[in-house]
Parts: sequence; structure tokens; C-alpha cells
Amino acid sequence: MAYEPPVTDYDEIVENCTCAFCGCNCDDLDYLVKDGHVVGVRHACRLGASKIMEDMDQRLLVPMIRDENGDLVEVDWEAALDKAAELIAGAVRPIFYGWSETSIETMKHGIRLGELVGAVLDNQATICHGPSLQAVQNVGYPVMTLGEVKNRADMCIYTGSNPMNSHPRHMSRYSTFPRGWFRQRGRFDRTVVTMDPKYSDTAKMSDIWVGFDQNGDYGFYNAIRAVLKGKELQQDVISGIAKEDIVELAEAMKNTQFGALFFGLGLTHTISKQRNIDMAIQMVTDLNKYTKWVLMPMRGHFNVNGFNIFMAYEMGFPYGVDFARGYPRYMNGETNTIDLLTRKECDVFMVIAADPGAHYPGGAVKHLAEIPVIQVDIHWGPSTEIADVVLPGSFIGVEAGGTSYRMDGVPIYMKKAIDKPETCRDDEWIMRELLERVQKIKEKEAVASK
Amino acid sequence: MEYILKNGIVYDPANDIAGEKMDVMFKDGKIVSNVSSDAKVLDVTDKIVMPAGVDPHAHIAGPKLVVGRIYRPEDSRKGVTPKTDVCRSESGFSIPSCPATGYRYSRMGYGTVVEAAVPPLEAKHTHEEIMAIPNIDVPPLPLFGNNWFVMQYAKEDRIDELAAFISSWLKIVKGYGVKLVNPCGSEAWGWGMNVHGIDDPAPYWDVTSKEVIRALSKANEMLGLPHSIHVHANDIGHPGNTPTTIGTIDCVKDITKNSGVRNQTIHMTHLQFHIYNGTSWRDVESGAGDVTDYINKNKHVTFDVGQITLDETTTMTADGPHEYSLHALNGLKWANKDIELETSSGLVPFIYSGKSPVHSLMWAIGLELFLGTEDPWQVCLTTDHPNAGPFIRYPRIISWLMSNERRQEMMDNKEVHPWAHRKSALATMDREYDFNEIATITRAGPAKIYGFKDRGALTPGFNADIAVYDLNPNDIDPSREPTAIEAAFGAAMYTIKDGQILVKDGEIVKVVPSHTIWTNVKGFEEQENAIMEKVMPDFNRFYTVKFENYKVHDHFTPYPIVVDVQASK
Repeated sequence: MAYEPPVTDYDEIVENCTCAFCGCNCDDLDYLVKDGHVVGVRHACRLGASKIMEDMDQRLLVPMIRDENGDLVEVDWEAALDKAAELIAGAVRPIFYGWSETSIETMKHGIRLGELVGAVLDNQATICHGPSLQAVQNVGYPVMTLGEVKNRADMCIYTGSNPMNSHPRHMSRYSTFPRGWFRQRGRFDRTVVTMDPKYSDTAKMSDIWVGFDQNGDYGFYNAIRAVLKGKELQQDVISGIAKEDIVELAEAMKNTQFGALFFGLGLTHTISKQRNIDMAIQMVTDLNKYTKWVLMPMRGHFNVNGFNIFMAYEMGFPYGVDFARGYPRYMNGETNTIDLLTRKECDVFMVIAADPGAHYPGGAVKHLAEIPVIQVDIHWGPSTEIADVVLPGSFIGVEAGGTSYRMDGVPIYMKKAIDKPETCRDDEWIMRELLERVQKIKEKEAVASK
Repeated sequence: MEYILKNGIVYDPANDIAGEKMDVMFKDGKIVSNVSSDAKVLDVTDKIVMPAGVDPHAHIAGPKLVVGRIYRPEDSRKGVTPKTDVCRSESGFSIPSCPATGYRYSRMGYGTVVEAAVPPLEAKHTHEEIMAIPNIDVPPLPLFGNNWFVMQYAKEDRIDELAAFISSWLKIVKGYGVKLVNPCGSEAWGWGMNVHGIDDPAPYWDVTSKEVIRALSKANEMLGLPHSIHVHANDIGHPGNTPTTIGTIDCVKDITKNSGVRNQTIHMTHLQFHIYNGTSWRDVESGAGDVTDYINKNKHVTFDVGQITLDETTTMTADGPHEYSLHALNGLKWANKDIELETSSGLVPFIYSGKSPVHSLMWAIGLELFLGTEDPWQVCLTTDHPNAGPFIRYPRIISWLMSNERRQEMMDNKEVHPWAHRKSALATMDREYDFNEIATITRAGPAKIYGFKDRGALTPGFNADIAVYDLNPNDIDPSREPTAIEAAFGAAMYTIKDGQILVKDGEIVKVVPSHTIWTNVKGFEEQENAIMEKVMPDFNRFYTVKFENYKVHDHFTPYPIVVDVQASK
């Protein structure tokens, strides 16, 4: 990469800003601001910095409605909000999906709207760490905050996860490199293990790489559990790993002082899905008979955990919550977005800070193309192409303040650093407006029916 | 707006009113002694009138609760109710959703509930949940017992600095008082270990639980906080833990109280879990006798019980090692949540059954504590919700306390295992609580223990937080009619909060936002600034958040009640 000179031409520095990219929620960023724009970001990784600095790239700037010719045309806020409210109020089976890249404050209005019209509220967990949450519900949830790892861990394992690419500061800020209270020498005091079929960039940074077979996760972790329980392994090679190596690894894990296992979608979405995670969680639980072990799912979006937490404290369930019957229902396979879309149940879809057009399976996107879609987002993307109403929001943590929950559940208030583009609105404001407009329509309907 | 509650039978222990037929008046949210003739009359002739309930210890908001709700959808599915014109949907039994928590307390006539364990790092989460809970005011207690800074000050006996640290941190996290959970033991769980007894040092820290408890107590009294230290002792749930418990209470006996609003210098929480004699679950016996003997002779201690209700529930505590041992015991799914520099915590679902000898004994020990403590101002009714059972069982516990007949019946017809009477003295205790004592242990006592000067009594000037129950005390024999007692205390005829009628005939009629009650120490600013300067280098090195993003911003407490305390040296 070519050398880029440091940015020196700026008006002010805003310190301690929080990165709105991955689940690391690094809250130590300094924004260099000039003429109301962030021209430089200190401390962030390249993923976070580019998202923050190139926030105007393909930016949605004005509300739009799709006309009869199928073109998105610019309208004023009043018209766009009224159109969206009318669609939501008239819906029989609405889904409000996304939420993982917006604030808790926005969700507070969103859930009220969902309760009012009997919507399904769901987030990206439904296509990401949903199986992890199912496993948590099966066998438990031994977690910690990331500082525990920084201060205590002498062994870190990454499995089915490649933080060097996906969460670039995870290792440097939280787990592997930082010096902690009991780990004054940082990296030198820790053993880092990557368990992944792929020799990933994280594996290159690790002391040990365990390249088990693809889809071999379940068998591999099962074998470690067997060794921990004092069983003799019957096969010489399990999931592509020699028996002796498995025994050696299990012994090493037993003999740590504090171990942390981080797992990503590589574990969640291989063939055994939540059963892989069951096994990993139970392995960690078993290890606690000998020493201290914890684990943590490597959550992707900066507030994906926040939505799960928010829904759990408001209604008791983490995601895929269906209010159609006037009370919350949570049934995996029944009340999740993909299932509802592929069954063609949904008749109005609102997407808030997410891109189902890019991430959903073909069948689900096909149904989305056939029904009205309302998009609340800051960037143009595949979802905009199928949207019928577009409501341009603002960038949490840069242009608007808001609460988010890090992957380990630490709540962080992401402060506002610069003003949003004049024609955009805060997500929170948009959701409150929608709620109030739908309430008015419903009140009118109630009066009319009397 | 003026109201007059007419002809009720009033139990107001703080004002020595025990079952007098009288009117209670309130105006603009406060109790008053006179109202004009325009006052709206609420006829409560011959009904029980009490101050609204005050729960001194429950886990209702915060990160642990959410772990429970996320990983136990089977619990959330119990107690699901449809939304109404007034209420949102409810869900959950042992870990109800936030709206459900508020509604259910309100229906029982409660107005204030203490959230008993707040990890400072995640205090914002607790406050977000408090915002989502309607109808009850919540003072949150931050955890200090395993805080690394606290342990250092305690080790070096730097009480001035510790006091400054506490007064700073109460402001930073918007907390009410000082909570300790398994001091040094939760820190030991950072290494998968525990401490045993109060003289066992935390690994690597070279400081004992006793030193931490004493230091925090001294600092608490130096500041003159409205509540004393609030202690979950070491060795919870271990047979043979009675000496640890008595040792814990006794180790602060010599510390002088510095507060005019409370009587105690130490509050022991869920004491029932801490008084098992014997050496194992085979030879375990009740230690309630030893402990109540001590408590009856010593006035520097108050406690809440943590009464077993014999339900399926979810245990959750900042005592991380204990939750892992519970998992080893019952094999149910284990959740853990350690918080950097501050505490550990864990959860395990638990099925308390009257068929189990140990659970039945625990049930009996809790009741023994209630019945063996002579002064009702020293004991509070709790289930350590949800650890010993959900709070919606309080009315049932009241019915047990008021009816010896019912207790004996439970033992006779094997609703509980014979261990309940073989290994405890419960069968020999025929004391029955009267309504005045019930009012003491559910509202007046806890309010006194927390030093509240605006609730827990029907004194003119106090908040108009009032509960009316559909019972005529002159007409009912609680000893014979436990079912009627349970029904009446479970569905208040009126719950009035700040002068607003929130519940009528057991149904929510109005929903209002909760207040957050926190303590603001004044006159200690210099020491606070000095300590913050000392703390910051370590804070920046060992926490994973920036200080600016650590503190609880004002907008997380939209309806605060700030208790100002003048620090006195």
C-alpha cells in the first residue's frame, strides 16, 4: 500500500468517539473534523476508518418514493413519512427487520410501532448468530467482558473466526496483544490458537493452528470433550486431526490459568449449526472443572447484540419476536424473517439499517421484490433497488448519538461528533414520526368503526 | 388533586399506628393532614391501608437479567399475556420482562424496589431497564466488594481514599449504596476459584474478605450514606457456613454508625442461604437458631430472608463460583458473566421442590428466620427474587407467616419433605405475624433500613405511596384463611404512587415512568478529584472502555430522585 501522509489539515479533534462498524465498538477513536466533515480517524482499523470517512459515498440524502413507472423519485419528508405510515398501518403481516446498525433509542420507538400494528421484529441474528443463541438456550452461556481476557487470559482461541479481517482490532485492543494486569508482557504472556480449516490471517498470527476438516467442528470439539472426561479416543485421526494432537491440546487447555474461546460464523454456519456451538459451550463448561474458561461469539454489527438485549428486556425474547396475536411469540423457524418471506406471509417489510437485498437467500429477496419495502438507511444498496419508500437516516456515532451494546454486552453511549446532512433525519426521529403517524391512522380507524 | 381514603384500617408502623380506623389524605402527590371539602373520596371502609411496599433486595434490571431472558425462553413463555388498553404485553415467570416487572409489583401494592446488584461497567444497561420498568421507583446498588481499586485500598487500609472512591463512583454510575457480593470470592472466580470464610485472601491480592468488609463499612460510615453496607456473605449455600455468616456480622460490630436515618451498620441479604450447620448435604441442619440468637442480641444488623417458595426459578448472582457449583449440583445450563475489574456473576435455572429434602429444609430455615427474630424492624421479606423464588410469591409467604396452621399442614401432609421439621425448629414455632408486623417487614422496615425520608410511612409530607388491600382485619382469621390472605395481598384494591391511582381492584389502570433513586455525596469534592487523578492511569490501562464512555450520562436517568448527603468526617 502506498504511503499516505498523516492528515494535518483539520479544525478540531473529537476524542473518545465510538466506531460504528463491528461488534468491537472501539470507543477510543479520535475524529479529525474539518468543515463539518470527518477528514481523518485515529486509532480505528481500516474497516472502521473507511466507513466513517467515506460516509458520503453513495449516501442516501433525500426521501424517495417509487412512482408508477418503477423509478424512485425525490419527495418531501411529509409525503414519504405519510406513505410509509399508510403502508404500515394497512399491513396484515408486517416485518420490521434490521436494527443492528442503529441505536437502542431508535428501537424504543420501533418496538412500540411493532406492538401497535402486530409486526414481527427481527434482526441480523436471524441470519448470523441465531444458531449461537439457540445453542445458548440449549446448554448455557459462559461469557465475560473483553477486559477479563485482556487482564487475565493466557490462552486465546479463535475458531471459525478470522478477526484479522473481520474484527481487526479485536486482537490488538482486547485479547492477544494488550498488556493486562496479570499479563504485563501482553502477547508474550499468551498462547494464541486458531482452529479453522482455513490458514487465515489470524492463523498466521497464532502460536498454534488447528486446521480441522471442513464441517469437522462437531467431531473435533466432541473429541476434546471426550479427552477432558478421561476417555480414550478410538480413532487415530478425528476431523483431520491426529489423536495425539487432540490429547495434547486438551491438556494444554486444562493447564491454562484463564482461557477464552472466540467463535465466529465459521462455527455457527457449518453443517451442524447450533450443535457445533452446543459442543463448544459444553467444552468450556467442562474445562471449568479444571481452570477458568469463558467464551464469546464474535458478533458482527456494532449493535446486533444490543437488539437481542433490548428485545429480551422489553419482551423476554432475543429476536424473531412476533406481535401478530397481541402478545410476543418467539418460535425459531416460524417467526423468523427468512421463513416468513419464503412462505410469502409478509405483506409489508420495513428494513432499518440493514441490507437484506444483499444478504438474503434468493427466494426471500424475490418475495421482497413483490411487496412494499420501506428502507431506513444511510447508504444506497441492493435493498434500495427493491425499496418503495426510502427514508434517509443519520450515522450513529458520527452524526447522531445513541446507545449500543458491544459483543460482550458492555453498553456504550456513542456520541455525536458532526452534524448530519441537512436533508437527512435521525433514525430515532424517523421512527418516532412513523409511530405517531400510524397511531393517528389507527385512532381514526377506531373512531370510524364505532 | 386532593384525595381522601375514607375509613380504612391503617397500619403504619413508622408512626405507631397499628390497625386504627382513620382517613388518609393526600394532595398533589404528598400525604397531608388536611384536605379541603373538594377532595375526592375513595371509600375504603374496613379495608387494610398501608404505605406502599418497599422491596429491599431483588434482581429486576440489568445484564444478568437479560442473560436469563435470552437463554431461558422457556421461562419467558410462562406468564405471557396479551396487551390491553393500558398495559403492554407481559412475559416471564421468574425473569419477567421489564414492563411485566413493573405491573406485577404494582398489582401487589409495591412502590419501591431495590435493584440489588449493578456492575458499574454495565450500569447504563441497568438504567436502560429501569427506564423500561413502569410504576416502581428503583434505587440501584453498585457492586464494590470485588472491585480491584477497593481491594487495594482495603488492603492498605486507606479508608479516606476508599470513601472518596465510593462517593465518586456512586455519582458515576448513579447508584444508591454499597453492595458486596462474596467479597474476594467473586474475584477468585476470575481464576475459577473461590475463597472460604472471611479470612481467606483473594488469590494474588493478599486481602481478605474481612478486611474488605470492614474497610467498606468504615468508608460507608465516613460518608454517612443513607444505607449501610449491603452484604452477600461468603460461603453461600455451603453446609457449615453459619460461622462465616456470624463472623461477617460480628466483624463490623465495633464500627460506629454515622447516620441518623437508619439503625444498622450492616445489612445481610438473603440470610436464609447463609445459615446451614453441618459439614455436607447429608448432615446439614438449620443454623437459624444460632443466627437469630445473635441477631436478637445485636442491633447493628438487619437482614432480608430470601425465602424459598418451592417454584422453578432462575438463580442469578454476582457470586460466580457459587453458580458454577449449582450447575455441578443440578446439571442445568450454566451462564456466567464476569465483569472486568469489578465482579463475576452467573446464572443457573433451579427447580425447588417440596419433594427434595434440602429444598424443604431451606424453606423451613427461611421461615425460622422470620419467626425467630424478635424485632420485626430487623427482618425484611424477600425471596432474593428470582433466586429463591419469584417476587409474585410474596403474598403466599405472608400467608405462611400469618398462619401456623398452614405451616403445620404443609409439614403434616408432606407438601414439604420431613427434613423441614426434622432438621429445623420450625414445627415448634407457633408464632404468627399480625398485620402490623407484616407492614413492618414489607414496607416500614425496609424504608428505615434504606434511610428513605420520603416513603415507607404515611407521615404528612411523605410521598403518597399507599396500598389498600381488600381485607377486613377485624373480620378475618389469617390463621385459618391463608388463601384469602394470599389473594388479597396479590391483588391490591388500590395502589397509589405519588398520589396517582395506578391499580384498582387488582388491575393496572395507569402506567407512569419509574424514578431512579441515587445518592449524591456533597462536600467531598476535593477528595473525589484527588482520587480520580490517582485512579485514571490504572483505569485507562486495564479497562477496555474510555472513562468518558464508562460513566452513566444524565439522560439514562430521565426521572431521578437525587438523595443529597452531606459527607461528615
